[in-house]
Parts: sequence; structure tokens; C-alpha cells
Amino acid sequence: MNNSFWRKLSTHGILILGTIFMSAPVWVAFMSSTHAADTLFREGLQYWFGGHFFETYNEVLFVEGGVMKKVTALEMLGNSMILGLGFAIGKVVISMSAAYAIVYFRFRLATPLFWVIFLTLLLPLEVRIVPSYEVVAGLGLLNTHTGLIVPLIASATGTFFFRQYFKSVPEELLEAARLDNAGPMRFLIDVLVPLSKTMIAAIMIIMFVVGWNQYLWPLIMTTEENSYTIVIGIKQIYQVLSEGGELPQFQKAFALTILAVLPPVLVVLVFQSWFVKGLVESEK
Amino acid sequence: MSTLTLSGINKRYDNGAHAVRGVDMEISDGELIVFVGPSGCGKSTLLRMVAGLENITEGEMKIDGVRINETSPADRDVAMVFQNYALYPHMTVFRNMAYGLSNRGMAASEIEAKVRETAAMLRIGDYLERKPAQLSGGQRQRVAMGRAIVRSPKLFLFDEPLSNLDAKLRVQMRIEIKRLQRELGVTSIYVTHDQTEAMTLADRLAVINEGKVEQMGSPMDLYSDPKTLFVASFIGSPHINLLPASFEAGQLQVGATALPGFEGLPEAVPLMLGIRPEHIAQHPEGGIEISVDLVEQLGADSLIYGAVSGFDSAEPEELCVRAGEALQLAPGERIKLNFEVDRAMVFRTDNGERLV
Ligand SMILES: Nc1ncnc2c1ncn2[C@@H]1O[C@H](COP(=O)(O)OP(=O)(O)OP(=O)(O)O)[C@@H](O)[C@H]1O
Ligand SMILES: [Mg+2]
Repeated sequence: MNNSFWRKLSTHGILILGTIFMSAPVWVAFMSSTHAADTLFREGLQYWFGGHFFETYNEVLFVEGGVMKKVTALEMLGNSMILGLGFAIGKVVISMSAAYAIVYFRFRLATPLFWVIFLTLLLPLEVRIVPSYEVVAGLGLLNTHTGLIVPLIASATGTFFFRQYFKSVPEELLEAARLDNAGPMRFLIDVLVPLSKTMIAAIMIIMFVVGWNQYLWPLIMTTEENSYTIVIGIKQIYQVLSEGGELPQFQKAFALTILAVLPPVLVVLVFQSWFVKGLVESEK
Repeated sequence: MSTLTLSGINKRYDNGAHAVRGVDMEISDGELIVFVGPSGCGKSTLLRMVAGLENITEGEMKIDGVRINETSPADRDVAMVFQNYALYPHMTVFRNMAYGLSNRGMAASEIEAKVRETAAMLRIGDYLERKPAQLSGGQRQRVAMGRAIVRSPKLFLFDEPLSNLDAKLRVQMRIEIKRLQRELGVTSIYVTHDQTEAMTLADRLAVINEGKVEQMGSPMDLYSDPKTLFVASFIGSPHINLLPASFEAGQLQVGATALPGFEGLPEAVPLMLGIRPEHIAQHPEGGIEISVDLVEQLGADSLIYGAVSGFDSAEPEELCVRAGEALQLAPGERIKLNFEVDRAMVFRTDNGERLV
């Protein structure tokens, strides 16, 4: 009894320490973002609320020139949202169609093709960034949403997950559908998509977060402020900050950071139960 | 309303397996045909070829005289009940049954009426809004049947539809399938490896072995007049008694015993004497002697098992006798048996051909 009490205490202690360790920087950033620029300049990082929350966030979110020269944080959030959603939806659509073709259409190269797709895991964007840039620039897609999303959209991981899932769907279901006069499109839409909806949700959530957090590609791709995503905004703000003779606006940088974390956190929190369901169980 | 004709049907899988070898068959309107045979004999393959789910390597298949080899499964107008039911897990019972109809462009009101009528017939009307996962095994089975029936197809195909049910339910559903098939009068093929199911359901029965139809006929024909050793040993419960024999000097030699009453059999060929358990009876001057091992009391009658005297004790030959009255026999007791010579069968062991 005594023993178990101490065990409980120590395990909880470790968990609490871990939580504090992980969330402390976020806390500090949030607190610091609610102070005035001169407080931060004089006293360094802040650990408790200051009085400038509305002022800072209002300026960052809505006032042109408040954070960058031309673009507001709201617009950058919009860009990030488009990137995140386009990335997630595109990846799900593409990888699901690829997996559908590989699993259900008996063409001779299905298995080799699958392994070729799988091998592209060894070639992430970072490796092929120069040719990708060439292509996108050649097509005149720099600083566009299309150029931002399309080169990232193919997903070996997604294809792999969908393939494994489709393979576990009993074959009789396809046969029953064939006897029920359902063609390939019908079978995909009426049977496979509803069956894999938790799987789709899980992949969408993961991909949204990954897309939202893209850094290197948008950094290279976007040269105009209007196409900045919020993650790029954070990087760029430091250049803006130190320009001119004014006080560095650190509170705005912190506010931008908090704004950048918020949407992915919300998505994960809201869809958490779906997410876990999709990864753990399958409705069959 | 439909007949099915198979001529010279062969199936070779890509891996070289020759699963169906030259099947000819004529199935008339409204008949319930059962394919029965051991596991791996090609029953499912043959059925799936009829459904259009497997290509036909060789031969011709006709429904109502029209060649269907190249017709797609949907256009053949056949319905299949799968062993694992293959219900769409995310659709309600109603949608499961309606799906094939709406894909064929039937009007919603007509679908509604047909599904409700079929559901009532199968007593699943109360579950129409449930998903398959919320049904018992027996109810799922009915839904699978309903999905087939609601389409009023030309052919019903069943691939071991009852093997996932417990024994009691299986008997119930068997009776129900038979009743429904009679009522609807739809030509049907039913695949099973359970010979009791086969015997009770079939109008005619096709015994399949290694991809070939060994014999086709009514259950009683196959039971009393099997053409091959395989059919004789496959049909009947308890199994037919088979004793190795040879024909020497005008008499059938079984172990150390010579049995009179057989004529004109080839000599120097290994033979097999087949006697059904109910054709053997105790007789004080019987030619066969057994030493009793076990008596199974079944109520109405009893089964006596024993080793036949005159065989090497290292390889004893068991014999089963169906006795009408309840006999009080102790294990080890020796009894003499007589059998009806004109109902006994003799087969060649090498090719299974029936001689007598
Ligand atoms: N898709 C396939 N590819 C290759 N060989 C196959 C395939 N399906 C079945 N076979 C082979 O064909 C033969 C007949 O198989 P089939 O499924 O028709 O047997 P069955 O009589 O239905 O047996 P069971 O009672 O076990 O269901 C088997 O030897 C099997 O190994
Ligand atoms: Mg089978």
C-alpha cells in the first residue's frame, strides 16, 4: 500500500515534470507576447500576463504594416490554412486513388509500381528541392498556392497506409458489389470511402499539421509577402524587427508564434477521438 | 424460369492449378442442385465461374440457351450468398438489400416495397435500420439471403452459406432455404462439403472430386446406386463399410473369409467390398465375424462397431452395423453377421470403378 503510494507519486511526478518541460516555452512565449516592447527589451522574457494582449494581437492580426510591411497575420494564417488543407486533401485524394489502382486493378506492374512509390520515401522534398524549384519556376507558379501545394502532394506514406487498409477489406465485398452492378467508381465511392472514413480523417489530420508546419519549401517558393505562410512570417519578422532604429518588436514575434501553433492544436484537440479511432480500429 | 447448361467447363488458375476439369451439366428450371465434395475439389471455383467472378478457361456456359462466358457478373442476373455473408458493414440492412436494385435504376418507391416484402418474408422487417454489426449471425445470414432474393434473379448461388452458424441454427436455416427455394421456384446451386446438408437439400446432387463431377443424380440414387468408390464412400452417414477383398476361385475373399454369392469378378485385381451399415444383420450362421469394440445407442437404433476377424491384427478392418433393436453387447464379444448380397457393392480399388 505504502509502496503503491510512492510509485503513484513518482510516476505522476515524472509525467508532470515532462508536461512542464514541454509546455513551458509555449507559456513563456504567450506571456511575453502580452507585454510591451520596452518591458521585454529591458527585463527579458516574461512569465506572467502583461497588459498589452489586445493591443499586440490586434495590431498583428489586423493592421497592415503592424507586423510585416504589407501583410497581416490574418492573411498569413489564411495562406497557411490553404496550404494545410490543400496538402491534406490533395494527399488523401492522390494516395487513395493510387492505392485503389494498385490493390484493385490487376495490371502487371502493380507491385513493382508500388515499390517505386514506396522508394520515393527516400527522396523527400529536401533532396529534390532544386529541380522542383526549377519546374515550378518554369511553370510560372512561384508565389502561387498551386506552386506551393502541388510539388508536395504525392505521398508514399499515405499510399502505403491506404494500400494496407484496402488489402484487409474482404474480397467478397468487391464481389458482392460486382454482382450488385456497382462499377469501379461506385465501389470506390459507395463502399471503400465510407469504410475508410476514420482512416481518411486520421491521415487528413496528420497531413494538415505537417502541411501547416512546412518550412523549407514555402521559404524558397515565396518571395512576396502576400504569399507568406505564418511559419515563414515568424522567420521573416526577425529581419523586420531589427530594421530601423526602433525598439525590436519581440512581443509581435511571440504573438505570431502563438497564432501559428493555435490552429494545429485546435484541429488535433477537436478531432482527437476520430484520430485515435482511425489509427487503432477499423470498422469492418 | 431459367436453365443453366455447362459444357466442357475447365478452369486453370494462373499458378497452374487445374481446379475444374471438363464439367458437363444440365440444370433445369427451378431445380436446387447441390455441389458436394471434399475441401479443395473445385466446388467454389465452379460456382464462381457461374457467377462470373472467375474466367472460364475452356468450355461454354449458357443461361436459357444464351452463351454467358463473356457476360459481366452484373448482367448475368445471378445472386450469390457468400460464406461470410459479405454484407456492406457501413450500410443499414435496408441499404444492403436496396443497393443492387438502385444500381439497376429501379424507382425508389418500388425498391422500398420490394425490400419490405422480402424482409417480411425472411422475418427481418424489424431490423431494417440496423447495421450488420448489430445483428446476430443468424440474422446476418437472413439479410444476405434477402439481398439475393430481393433482386429476383435468374439463379441463386450459395457458397457454404450456413457454415458460420451453430448446429441447431444450421438445421433451421437449411429447412428455410429449401422452403424459400420451393416457394420462389428460382433455379439454385448450393455448395457445401457437408453431405447431410447436401442430401437433405438437393433435388439433384453433383459429387465433385478433384475438379470432376463423379456422379450426378437424386440423393437416393447416389446413396443406393453409386457409380464409383468415391461417391459410395462420400455419401452416407455413418459411412459405408469398405473391406479390401479379392476374387479367387469363384468366391470373394475378404480377409480369411470366403464369401459366396459373387460371380464374374476379375481375378488378381485388388477389390473393395462395400456394404451399408443397415444392410448387415446379426445371424447365427453369418459369414463375417466381428469382435465388438463399441456400441453407440442412438435411441431408435444403435450402431455397433467392431474389428472383423480374419484380418491381420496390425491393420484391423472396422465394421459398423446399424441394428434396429437396442442390443446389449459387451466389448470384446464376438458376433456373427450376415449381409444382403444383392445390396452389397464391389469396386476396383485402383480406379474406383463399380463392378457389382
Ligand atoms: N485464386 C486461386 N488461384 C490459384 N488457385 C486457386 C485459387 N482459388 C482456388 N484455387 C485452387 O483451386 C482448387 C479448388 O479450389 P476451390 O476453392 O474451388 O475448392 P472448394 O471445393 O471450394 O474447397 P472448400 O470446400 O475448402 O471451399 C484448390 O486446389 C485451390 O488451391
Ligand atoms: Mg469453397
